[in-house]
Amino acid sequence: MIAMLLAAAVPTTTYYLVLGAVLFGIGATGLMVRRNPLIMFMCIELMLNAVNLTFVALAVRFGNIDGQTAVFFVMVVAAAEVVVGLGIIISILRRRPGATADDLAELKG
Amino acid sequence: MLEVIWLIPAFPLAGFLLILLFGRRLGEPKSGYLASAMVFASFIVSVGAFFDLRSMDHHGRQHVETLFSWVPVSSLQIDMAFLADPLSILMCLFVTGVGFLIHVYAIGYMHGDPKFSKFFLYLNLFILSMTVLVLGENLLVTFLGWEGVGTCSYLLIAFWHDRESAATAGKKAFITNRIGDWGVLLAMFLAFEAIGTVSYSALNGAAVGGGLSEGTATAIAMLLFVGAVGKSAQLPLYIWLPDAMEGPTPVSALIHAATMVTAGVFLMTRVSPVLEVAADWGPEVIAWVGALTALFAASIAVAQNDIKKVLAYSTVSQLGYMFLAIGSGAYVAAIFHMVTHAFFKALLFLGAGSVIHGMHHRQDMREMGALRKLMPITSITFIIGWLAIAGVPPFAGFWSKDEILLFVLADSVPLYIIGIVTALLTAYYMTRQVIMVFFGEARWEDRSEENGAHGDFEPHESPLTMTIPLMVLAGLTIVGGFIQLPSFGWIPDRAEHQLEHWTEPVIGFAEAGIEGSWALDHQELLIAIAVASGLIGITLAWLVYQRKRIKAVEPEILEEAWRYDEAVSAFMGGPGRKSFEAVAWFDKNVIDGAVHGVARLVGGAGSEIRKGQTGNVRNYAGIVGVGVVLLLAWFVVGRGVL
Repeated sequence: MIAMLLAAAVPTTTYYLVLGAVLFGIGATGLMVRRNPLIMFMCIELMLNAVNLTFVALAVRFGNIDGQTAVFFVMVVAAAEVVVGLGIIISILRRRPGATADDLAELKG
Repeated sequence: MLEVIWLIPAFPLAGFLLILLFGRRLGEPKSGYLASAMVFASFIVSVGAFFDLRSMDHHGRQHVETLFSWVPVSSLQIDMAFLADPLSILMCLFVTGVGFLIHVYAIGYMHGDPKFSKFFLYLNLFILSMTVLVLGENLLVTFLGWEGVGTCSYLLIAFWHDRESAATAGKKAFITNRIGDWGVLLAMFLAFEAIGTVSYSALNGAAVGGGLSEGTATAIAMLLFVGAVGKSAQLPLYIWLPDAMEGPTPVSALIHAATMVTAGVFLMTRVSPVLEVAADWGPEVIAWVGALTALFAASIAVAQNDIKKVLAYSTVSQLGYMFLAIGSGAYVAAIFHMVTHAFFKALLFLGAGSVIHGMHHRQDMREMGALRKLMPITSITFIIGWLAIAGVPPFAGFWSKDEILLFVLADSVPLYIIGIVTALLTAYYMTRQVIMVFFGEARWEDRSEENGAHGDFEPHESPLTMTIPLMVLAGLTIVGGFIQLPSFGWIPDRAEHQLEHWTEPVIGFAEAGIEGSWALDHQELLIAIAVASGLIGITLAWLVYQRKRIKAVEPEILEEAWRYDEAVSAFMGGPGRKSFEAVAWFDKNVIDGAVHGVARLVGGAGSEIRKGQTGNVRNYAGIVGVGVVLLLAWFVVGRGVL
């Protein structure tokens, strides 16, 4: 009985994929419902890392290194994005303290 | 001399530039001397080139001198190149020769004019353009000269532009010529489209070698003919030439009688091989336009009272003869008549200028008469010109007109009859002019009272600078016909057909053959008819104006030139204007409407679409999310992935 539970508790690739999807969903929802730019930014990071998790899980299942390679690219891009994005957000918040994403609609057509 | 053929236009160019820079300082008469010297230098180079060509092999008489590459645009390669061959050198000889004489004459005629040096500036520019026109190796170089002579014509007709009529006449000439230029441009485009170049050798070579279809050849030839109709004042575009008489008389003689107006004849001769492979109706149209113009203009000249207007209509009529010859395939005869006409019509115009000068700028022949004794040199030379144009042997006009009529009869009898009637009318109106100006009673004395300002008004002979060119031209008018004598029993073989032999390498291919025709076998009869028609015209005019046996018939409608000008004005002012207004309405409402409609559509659509650009980041994220879902759905459902 215990052995069965243990066997069921051994994580398979499916678990990682489900976890990735859940994380992605949380990120996407957060992006759409929250107005604080910093939180929205964190949601984006969450979505990126959910995709990274999916990549790695599938790479293990198919025994293919390509998925893990792609993850490094995503991480590099995410790091660069953090530098630029955080810089922009900080400078915006300095100028207009407490501004939300909805207030920043200068490019409205 | 053939390598330095570019000197022929270069000398007048130098004269033009020098007078442009130093004209005011040179003043009168030095700028006149300078301009004349430059044209004379061109004449010397032409003579040298002539002898160079003569020393070459008969069929190899051709030299192309390329100065530089003018328009190098991928497949369109046009050189600034001059072509020295028998035709172009012949043209250069008489353009610079007659041009020089008229320059000298103008020194006397323009005496005292405040714009003396400017006049010679324009004259040199004209000689430059005209030599470029005749020497051009391709259609574009010729077109450069073609536009140049048109510009000079405009500048010189409107030379006394403070006179309203002169300014208007200049504009009229320019605008009418533009219609012709349109034809030349289209012909050039068509030639490039058909054979990929506009050089004469390639165009004529394609025509001779069969590389040009009949339709293309006809289109090129007829479009060039449109240009010729404008430049050479044929029906229906002749209207500018009579008005061009507003210019100073040397200009009328040089540009509107001897040289520029013959450019159309030259161009048609230059592309004669193309005309030869064109459909039959092409040359036929040219011949009929020429014949009708000749008759039409001659009938108007019968009732004109302005001494220069008579000569202007006479010029239109004689140009008609040349086109009649071209339409009949008699290119040599057309060139021959062009040369002799340049001699005797320049002579007549300069004589008329001398009369106007002597009469203190009066041009109405009804106020002249009996000038023979007071202006002996002018009257004798004018009478020589009159005999030449009336077709009295052995003067130049007789030979060339006879040659044209010979070819015309071999081609078509109705055209021949028109030609003979025109010859009769020509003799009639020229005799009328000579009698009204030089014979009869003096009608100018009774007017001297009104002209108190002139003091003792008496016509006088002109100075030597004016009479010497008259005498030289009179000499040329007497002997000019001998360059192309017909084949008669008693004329030595070596003297016959000199001009035909000379131009044969250029236009031999297209020259119509009349060997064995009825007309050639009855040459004596034709000459008798031509001389008789001339003599009948002279006798009639003599009876009417000298003996006054017959009452003069000068219907008003002829004096008003068949009211052709009024008809054009009425047409253009009435239905023409209405149709232009309709076109303008169409342009404004339909074409502009379409253009504006498209712009408004795009603008409206844009302002609708920009509403989607909310600037709200979360909104965008939502749309991206929806897009991802739709893409996934498409992959899964549509493409069957998974």
